[in-house]
This record gives sequence, C-alpha cells and structure tokens, in this order.
Amino acid sequence: MKTLKIDELSKNFGTTEVLRKINLEIDEGNFLVLLGPSGCGKSTLLNIIAGLETINEGNVYIDDYNVSKVEPKDRNIAMVFQSYALYPSMNVRENMIFGLKQAKVSKEKIEEQLQKVSKFLQVDALLERKPSQLSGGQRQRVAIGRALVREPRIFLFDEPLSNLDAKLRVEMRREIKKLHQQLKTTVVYVTHDQTEAMSLGTNIAIMNHGVIQQNDTPENIYNKPSNTFVADFIGSPSMNLIKGNLKQSSNQISFVANGSNFEIPINGYDFKEKSNLENKEVYFGIRPEHIFSKKSNEGDFEINLRADLSEYIGHEQIMTFDYENQEVLAKFPSTIKIELSKNTKLYFDLTQISLFDAKNEERI
Amino acid sequence: MQDKVHTSYKQLEQRSKYTNMFLRWFLYLVLILFALYFIFPLYVMIVTSLKTMEEIRQGTLLTWPSGLNFDSWAVAWGGRGYGAGDTFLKPYFWNSIKMVVPAVFFSTFIGAMTGYVLTKWRFKGDQWVFLFLLFGCFIPFQAILLPMARTLGVLGISNSVIGLVLVHTVYGIPFTTLFFRNYYISVPTELVKAARIDGAGFFKIFFKILLPISAPIIVVTVIWQFTQIWNDFLFGSTFSFGEAAPIQVALNNMVLSSTSVKEYNVDMASAIIAGVPTLIVYVLAGKYFIRGLTSGAVKG
Repeated sequence: MKTLKIDELSKNFGTTEVLRKINLEIDEGNFLVLLGPSGCGKSTLLNIIAGLETINEGNVYIDDYNVSKVEPKDRNIAMVFQSYALYPSMNVRENMIFGLKQAKVSKEKIEEQLQKVSKFLQVDALLERKPSQLSGGQRQRVAIGRALVREPRIFLFDEPLSNLDAKLRVEMRREIKKLHQQLKTTVVYVTHDQTEAMSLGTNIAIMNHGVIQQNDTPENIYNKPSNTFVADFIGSPSMNLIKGNLKQSSNQISFVANGSNFEIPINGYDFKEKSNLENKEVYFGIRPEHIFSKKSNEGDFEINLRADLSEYIGHEQIMTFDYENQEVLAKFPSTIKIELSKNTKLYFDLTQISLFDAKNEERI
Repeated sequence: MQDKVHTSYKQLEQRSKYTNMFLRWFLYLVLILFALYFIFPLYVMIVTSLKTMEEIRQGTLLTWPSGLNFDSWAVAWGGRGYGAGDTFLKPYFWNSIKMVVPAVFFSTFIGAMTGYVLTKWRFKGDQWVFLFLLFGCFIPFQAILLPMARTLGVLGISNSVIGLVLVHTVYGIPFTTLFFRNYYISVPTELVKAARIDGAGFFKIFFKILLPISAPIIVVTVIWQFTQIWNDFLFGSTFSFGEAAPIQVALNNMVLSSTSVKEYNVDMASAIIAGVPTLIVYVLAGKYFIRGLTSGAVKG
C-alpha cells in the first residue's frame, strides 16, 4: 500500500499547462521534497494533493483510496503554509483546535490533543496569545501545531521556512527534521531551497515546467543527476558542464573538450549504453568540489588551466579557470594560494563525473 | 584657508536656518487662512441659529448672539405646535434613520459578501462580473431614475421608506463591493485554504475568519455609505413625498415653503440638525479607523 500515489496527473490553467503527466508514489513514513524553480508547478501539485485545486486529468490516491474528488477536510491531511495562515482574530488555542471543532471532536479529546501538541512544540505558554503577538518562529510552530493536532496521514508543507530569516530557518529546518524522526508521519514538502531539500528529504522530486525531472534519493540526485537541468539546479556553485566530444577506440573511451587537443580517459564511467559513443557530442559534468589542487586519488586526472577569478567566501574560495574558452569553477579551502592569470595544475576526480548527451541533455 | 572654509560653512548654516524659519511661518500662515476659510460658514450657521429674528435684522452676519437662545432649534425640530402647514424635522429625521440604517447594513453586508466571493472563490468570468459592478460606480444617478421608479411601482413600494432602502442598497453595492474586494485581495488566500482543510465551509470562513479582520474596511464603508445615503436628495425627492420623505427633502421643503418672512435662525438650525448625524458617525467611527488590525496575522 502506498500512502500517496499520483497517477498520470495533468493540470492546466486555461491554455497554460502547469503539470504534465505526473506520476509519484510515496511509502509510509517517507519525506518527499518537491523541489524546483518558481513557476515549475510544485505548489500547484501540493494544492492538488490537498484538494484545494481541481484536476484536469489523472488521479490522486491516499492509502489506495481515490481522493480526486474528495473535499480537503476529508482527505486526512494537514497543511502548513508559507505565510503561516494563522487565523488573525483567534488566539493560539482557538487556532489550533479550529479544525477539531469543525470535525465535532469531543471536548475532552480536543483538550487532550491540545495539551499534548502544545507541550511537544513548546507553545503551551502562548495559548492565549494572538498571532500578531508572536515572533516568526513561534508562529511557524503554532502553524505546525495546528497541523499536528489533527493527527493526519500526510503532512503537506508549502515553503514553510521561506518567511524566516536565515538563522531561524536553519533552526526550524532541524526541528522539522526532528519532528519527522519522532512522528514518522509521511510528509510532502515544497521548497525552492536545495539545502532544505537535501537535508530534509528521504526522496526529492525535482520539477521543471510541470514535469518531474528526477525523483530519487538525495544522494542519487547529487551524484547521478538524470539530466543537465538537475545537474545545474543542485549544488552551489552548480556542476561544470564542459562541452565536447567522445572518442572511442577498441578499449578506450575518452572525452575531448571543444577546442582542446588532449583526451580525458573515462573508461571507468558507468555508461547506460556503451554503443555509438564515437564522436558523440556530450557535456562533461564535474562538480566544483571534485576538482582538487593536489592529487588525492590514484585515478585523478591532471590538467593545466589558467586561473581567472577568485571569490573568497570565508571557509572556502571559488576559483574560475579557463578551459579552452569554457569556464570551469572549482572550490578550494581558502588556505590555498593560487595566482591569477597563471596556469595551475588541477586534478579532476574522474569517479565523480557525469556525462550528458548534448542533444537531449539526458544522462548517458 | 582652513579658517575661511569654516566661516563660509557657518554662514551657510545661518542662511539655511533663516530660510527654514521663514518657510515654516509661511506654511502656518497658509494653513491658518485655509482653516478660517473652512470654519467661517459653520461659524455663521451656529451664530445665526442662536439669534432671534430681531438680532439678525439689526446685526451683521458675524455679530455675536446676545445669549444662548435655542428657540429656533426647538422650532426646527418640533415645530410651533399649530396644525396645518407646520413643517418640522422630527418625523423626517426618523424617516431618514429608518432608511439609512437598513440601507447601510444591507449594502455593506452584500458588498462584503461579493468582495469575498470575487477574491477568495474565484470562478470563470469573475473579472467580468467585477467590471460590470464597477460600471455601477460611474452611471450618473439621473440615468436610473425612470427605470427605478417603474421597478418600485411594480414592486408596490414606491413612496415608502422601504423603496428608498432598496434603491440605496442596490446603488451602494458597486461601491461597497469595490471597497471589500480591494481589501480582501490583500488578505492571503492561504487563510482560506487553511480553513478549508480545517473543514470550514463558505459561510463559516466568511463569518469566522474574514469578517473579524474586516473592521477597518467596514468602518470605511459605513462612513461612505452613511454619508451618501443620509445626504442624498435626488432619490429622496424623486421616489418619496409628503410623510415618507427623508430629512434632506423635508429640509428643502421647510426652507422653501416659508410663507411670510425668511426665518434664517430656524433654517440654520434645521440645516445643522440635518448635518449632525454624519458628523457623529465620523467622530465615533473615526476612532476605529486604525490601520494594521491584521498586522502580524499575516506576515512577519
């Protein structure tokens, strides 16, 4: 049984296609993050799961039950919003129990739930306050509390940390992670922040233009991006995509960057399909953190590139190198001194590379 | 060299000080003149209403009254006590109250409801509905007199307070809708979404979530509607006469139908009485004219 299943779901607003044939499945207790740039349809998808938005095609199942036409309140879900959406005229207590009162839960049960949740979230001292008298973090806690008291099957989070300042965001992120570890409720979480997605999710679905680009574990998303969009979206700075061609001879496969005259051997690369590689136009993807200034592994490939730019950011520095008129970014500890405008020896960790077909931008 | 720079800065400082002082006093002067200009008619009205006819004839407009003489106020409000031809404001004042209270209530309530639907329960073509409603704000009053008279006739409520309530309610809806729509559009729709997930329906969300945070816009709407309806003369004089007339129509009749001498003191007292309720509404409601009642509820 899947806690949540989305089947061939499409949605348009007028003539604009917002979601196209989405398929998703979540197992009990998993934490799925919907990640993507703004306008990719992630929030619409969450609203559809919640039942706040209608569907044009396809179905949504919760516990194998088709809820496509079921009212939000009957879906056994709870949602936390970016703007907290606390009812301004009600105090914290009334906010938290509003849903239970609508559901005609007995007074004793409501009180019991309220006590349990408010203690758990440490808002029990704030029960009589109005939302306007709370700090951002407290409001967020109450909003989560309002979702918790209903004991839903699925938690839906719509960019819940976007309104908080940087420091508080990191704190609340950890709290949400702890919360999930303790409660083990299934979560669907929408964000545009990759750090949030990576640190919270057991699964990440990366979306763009209404299509899921890759739905995988955070490790696979980072190590084996399925296309250049994912490769570019995840990581900061994002993955270097060097344009070039493949060379294949009897037992040897190598990559030659455009305008370059030397070959980078990539025999160790795990190709999906090993045929028709000769002269194939590809992007050679390597993350800035997989380029080193000292040889660290036996297989590291040595290359001489000119350093053009240095960005110091405290614990590390981001260097820009020139590779036959293509920019290559690398991340080094800030203690290393590299002279600009001079050729520098660099080492590519070839076990960490990704290759993409230059035509359809898919991983090969 | 150093010294020279120093002095010239000092001079500049002095100069800007004098310029600022001059501009400030000039500003006060202008403000005082305008204040006098606006308060002058009120002064004349109050002073005249407290004089006897004898005093009015002998003195000038600005002369101070000999004492606090409220006789003309009593006449304006309750009449002289003889039968036919004695027009006074009391019954018409109550007509106006009976008209203005329900008309303000219904137009405000319906406007709130429409504004709520147009922003939080969007439907296909809702922007057209809003556009047509907006037309209502720009149609001149005179253009609807005939069709409205016919409608009231068909409904059998012409020349009645109920008829006027209907006219003012209908004519108020475009304005009240505009007010509430513009207010509710700034309330995050996430509130409505949260309430729907919590199981609240259309009316519950309206009464429990939105209406309690609508105080500022309700006040604005009530002030606007009250002023419009209370001060209306056109609808009142067209759709009612005699017993059913609202106060503005009665005031007009009173002032124009004086048979012998013009009783300026009574006229002035009547005009003030007819104008006082709108003032009261401003003073009372203005207190609640506080912005930011929703602050914090919505965003950090």
